[in-house]
Amino acid sequence: MVEVVLAEPRDLPVGPTGRRGLGSWGVVTLIASEAALFSYLLFAYYYTGAISNPGWLLEPSPALKLALPNTILLLASSGAAWWGERGLLTSRRRQALLGFAAAFVMGTVFTLVQLQEWHSKPYSLGDSSYASLYFLTTGIHMAHVLVGLLVLAALFVWTVLDYFSPRRRLTVSAGVFYWHFVDLIWLFVFTTYYLTPYLGFAK
Amino acid sequence: MSATPLNYLVSAGRRADVVLPLTWLTLLISITVCIVIATLLWIAVSRARGAGGAAETRAAPVQRGGDGIRWIKIGLMISAVPLLVTFVWTMVALATVAGPPRNPALTLDVTGHQWWWEVKYDSSEPSQEFSTANEIHIPVGVPVLVRLHGDDVIHSFWVPKLTGKTDTIPGQTNLSWLQASQPGRYQGQCTEYCGLQHAHMAFEVVAEDNADFQRWRAHQLEPAAKPTSAVAQRGLDLVEYRCGLCHGVRGTSAGAISAPDLTHLMTRRMLAAGTIPNDAGHLVAWIQSPQGIKPGSLMPDQYLSAGQLVDVRAYLETLQ
Amino acid sequence: MNRANVRTPAIGIDSVAQQARLLSLWGTAPGLKGFFSTVDHKQIGIRYIVTAFIFLALGGAEALVMRLQLAGPNLSLLTPDQYNQLFSTHGMTMIFLYASPILSGFSNYLWPLLLGSRDMAFPRLNALSYWIYLASGVFLYAGFLTGNGPNDGWFNYVPLASRAYNPGLNEDFYSLGMVFLGISTTVGAANFIVTAMRMRAPGMSINRMPILIWGTLTASAANLIVVPAVSLAFLMLWMDRQFGTHFFDTAGGGQPLLWQHLFWIFGHPWVYAIVLPAMGMVSDGLPVFCRRPVVGYSVLALSTVATMILGFGVWVHHMFATGLPGLGLSFFSGASIAITIPSAVAVFAWLATIWLGRPVITTAFLFFASMILLFVIGGVSGFMTASVPVDWQLTDTYFVVAHIHYVLVGINVFPVVGAVYFWFPKMTGKLLDERLGRWNFWTMFIGFNLAFLPMHLTGLLGMPRRVYTYADGMGWDTLNLITSVGSFILAIGVLLLFINVIRSLKLGAPAGDNPWDAPTLEWSVPSPPPSYNFAVIPTVASRHPLWEDRLKEGEGSSSLTRGMLLVEGKETIGTSALDAAPDMILEMPEDTLAPLLLALGLSVMFVGLLLKVWIAVTAGCLIVGIALLAWMWPRRQLREREPTAGDAAPESSHG
Repeated sequence: MVEVVLAEPRDLPVGPTGRRGLGSWGVVTLIASEAALFSYLLFAYYYTGAISNPGWLLEPSPALKLALPNTILLLASSGAAWWGERGLLTSRRRQALLGFAAAFVMGTVFTLVQLQEWHSKPYSLGDSSYASLYFLTTGIHMAHVLVGLLVLAALFVWTVLDYFSPRRRLTVSAGVFYWHFVDLIWLFVFTTYYLTPYLGFAK
Repeated sequence: MSATPLNYLVSAGRRADVVLPLTWLTLLISITVCIVIATLLWIAVSRARGAGGAAETRAAPVQRGGDGIRWIKIGLMISAVPLLVTFVWTMVALATVAGPPRNPALTLDVTGHQWWWEVKYDSSEPSQEFSTANEIHIPVGVPVLVRLHGDDVIHSFWVPKLTGKTDTIPGQTNLSWLQASQPGRYQGQCTEYCGLQHAHMAFEVVAEDNADFQRWRAHQLEPAAKPTSAVAQRGLDLVEYRCGLCHGVRGTSAGAISAPDLTHLMTRRMLAAGTIPNDAGHLVAWIQSPQGIKPGSLMPDQYLSAGQLVDVRAYLETLQ
Repeated sequence: MNRANVRTPAIGIDSVAQQARLLSLWGTAPGLKGFFSTVDHKQIGIRYIVTAFIFLALGGAEALVMRLQLAGPNLSLLTPDQYNQLFSTHGMTMIFLYASPILSGFSNYLWPLLLGSRDMAFPRLNALSYWIYLASGVFLYAGFLTGNGPNDGWFNYVPLASRAYNPGLNEDFYSLGMVFLGISTTVGAANFIVTAMRMRAPGMSINRMPILIWGTLTASAANLIVVPAVSLAFLMLWMDRQFGTHFFDTAGGGQPLLWQHLFWIFGHPWVYAIVLPAMGMVSDGLPVFCRRPVVGYSVLALSTVATMILGFGVWVHHMFATGLPGLGLSFFSGASIAITIPSAVAVFAWLATIWLGRPVITTAFLFFASMILLFVIGGVSGFMTASVPVDWQLTDTYFVVAHIHYVLVGINVFPVVGAVYFWFPKMTGKLLDERLGRWNFWTMFIGFNLAFLPMHLTGLLGMPRRVYTYADGMGWDTLNLITSVGSFILAIGVLLLFINVIRSLKLGAPAGDNPWDAPTLEWSVPSPPPSYNFAVIPTVASRHPLWEDRLKEGEGSSSLTRGMLLVEGKETIGTSALDAAPDMILEMPEDTLAPLLLALGLSVMFVGLLLKVWIAVTAGCLIVGIALLAWMWPRRQLREREPTAGDAAPESSHG
């Protein structure tokens, strides 16, 4: 007599708990796709730069005066968002609100500084392939930052409405994870456009 | 020309000769595999219980059946052999023919345009250089280096009986080479979709004895003959005035380079990149209405009067 | 509704009361509102299938007109521009608007039923991926129908696609339409991956999933990573054309080959993505008619993954004639030869299954079995082009056209038609007519081979691709005539399929739950399945739950009639990734108009971008934002938030 196999689980969580839930997997897959997008953008830069003639780099020594502090600011905003999420984990709503608000403000300043940097560049979008790649890449990144700012604003409002708890906070974890991703991507973009020329790429 | 001018199952030059056996090898492997699989499939299906529909399927009992992994392993082991042979032979053939010749007897600069081929014969002496279009002459039995340039969109240079395809890409110079083993006319064709008249962008490679080739080359270097009749003179005036906006005829004031060089137009067998034969009727039809023969061609219809056509034709026919 | 945060699921058996309660929780409202707001994967799947077949018919009509033009030398039925738009639109339609969506449609319909689940992981995202597919298809065809269809081939090389050589709207329709369509593909891929990893029936460990799951899962993982490459390429092209950037044009330091790299890094994995799920259909359907389990399940699953992984490493074989250095050519040539190996594994496994089984020849079986031969013919012509020096002769001739049609029609269309015969009874409760099915099969098989087998020779005799006409005296006349005749016979065959489907919807014999006595879970539910799929959640003990009593593989027997009831809300079970042990009760979303609204907002945005009407772009973005906000707003019912002070007390009906 073959035994019938029957799943009789006990005490299953209902719905997402903490970071465990379908939403986490969903966000990871979508972020993987966006990460691939940035890989191709950077590939375009390295490919074009590697086979172009000297002089392709419009900025052989890119100015770090604005970009480096701005990068640090963005990384700090990830810290603020992380701290905000911890606030929810430990049921400290004020900490959560402060964290999200700080991340939002820092992200906004980052964007404004970057817009200023764009404005002060001696070249524009249609000047050359280098210029086009620079503005497209930083522009697509900025679009991701803007979406991230909307996400942080939404998290802030929903936290004000007291929606979340240590158990029910998957939305927050997903949103903050997205913000970390945006900041991590910036590190790659920054390294490519601002640091590799100093290492001799495409010189 | 053969009955199948673009057929590459025969070869007439060293670069194609080396590849041809590999083509036949892979073709024979492919056909054999298809026959074997078709046979196995046929036998397997003919062992069927019978034909039918849902009821017959339900009526046939389900069985665990024998373990078939062994057959997969055997199939894989057998398959590995032709794959490996092909891989090794490919590497050898590639190494043999990929690289351009180190000491070419002749160097050509070929530029792909929408929808014609510009051919420039190089020389260490600038006075020995000249341009022609769509018909390439080469001496038999020696390697000829072809430098490929892109001017507008991507085209591809292919002479099936002599050499495989290499693209002309704006911004870079690609290299190909030819070495014909016997005299003859070998058709070429653009093989990268390049717009409206990609279908009509053929060319010819004429391989001839060295003596004939040198004669041809020397003749091509000469400027255009001066017209000897009034009709032809009127034709020259028109050609300089109208055609000279795009075409060049050396020895006249028609000096543009955006269209084929016409200095020795009458030495070419075909017109419009291998589209129509170079005879009087086709020549006149082409000049008057290129759009009727090759719609989309960058040469506009000319709207010449009957008299003007006679004059132009008379002059062009002196461009021997 | 039960608001407990932790629960031990009630175990029970199917009953009338259980079914009635499930219907009230899972049913879609009748009428237009239900039609536009449904998130039921079965309805979405059928929409995908119907829409994809419409595009197949359109693409086929385009091909028939082309074949009329090419039936003889120097014909003038079409102008060069008309022909060029036709061949480009034909390629775009078949490869993007038919080949992938048809497989998404079947996978969408079948996956939860195959997996023992009540829906996909993200039902609203599922609805969105369909609406965007429909909208982008309409967008792309609006170009074609207004004389602005793509005209540079489906792979659209620059500089020909750039504004200097292509000033009209053709390439703008294609570029923006493809970016738009890419969103659908990406979200669909995410949905499949999460569903496969987290929503299988308890006991369906990863080595017990049907091969169709392996196929679509692998394809989805690949699409997730490579679709951004082509979306980026088309975005860059559109910007070069409309904003004067210089990604591809040499005047500004751009690189024409960058387009080809980005395109083929996407394009090659894509062609595996449009055949691997179909191969999975064959691996699951063929053994049913051979009355035995498939030979080599594990190697089939592994070869699916191996094909896809190798598929990332061969893209340069589309660029062998571009003047790349020898070392690169050698590597990609070797990889392209190696990739035949996992495909060969599949062929041997299927052959062995037929040989060692004792098949019953039905129409479905004929389509599944014949694809093996078509696969091999397409595979060997691909093998020939893998050798670089040989490819230098074969590429861009009709040899390659023959190759691509054998692999696309042989490994996608034939299995899909077999899948129609196999699963139509499950979807509709009616059987397709077998006699008409035989006519369908033989007409398609003869027509297809008549059209495309001689084409190998046409290519070997040097006929280039993408020519609107050809001269006489090239040796191609008779071959082209045969191909044209064959193409019309093939079209009649496809028409017979449509006739069989339409006729059988009304007049087909009743199918019952399991007309083929097949082994997998979808055959354990009624035909057509109720909205909730499974009245109780099955527990699975083998790959062939419905055959266990006869196969006696000794692994224990699946429990199909007794299991978790999960009827406290719109619920199904979440399970662990490898072993499918239950670990979460999932609350699924209700029908909603948000996905449709989002798709409409995107449509407004893309039309605005095409016509450079910035107010429309802004309006579109706003609509998208509102739809997203409505969608993402945390809901109690989905347990995305806690009840707050303002919420009403929990009542008996679901929130």
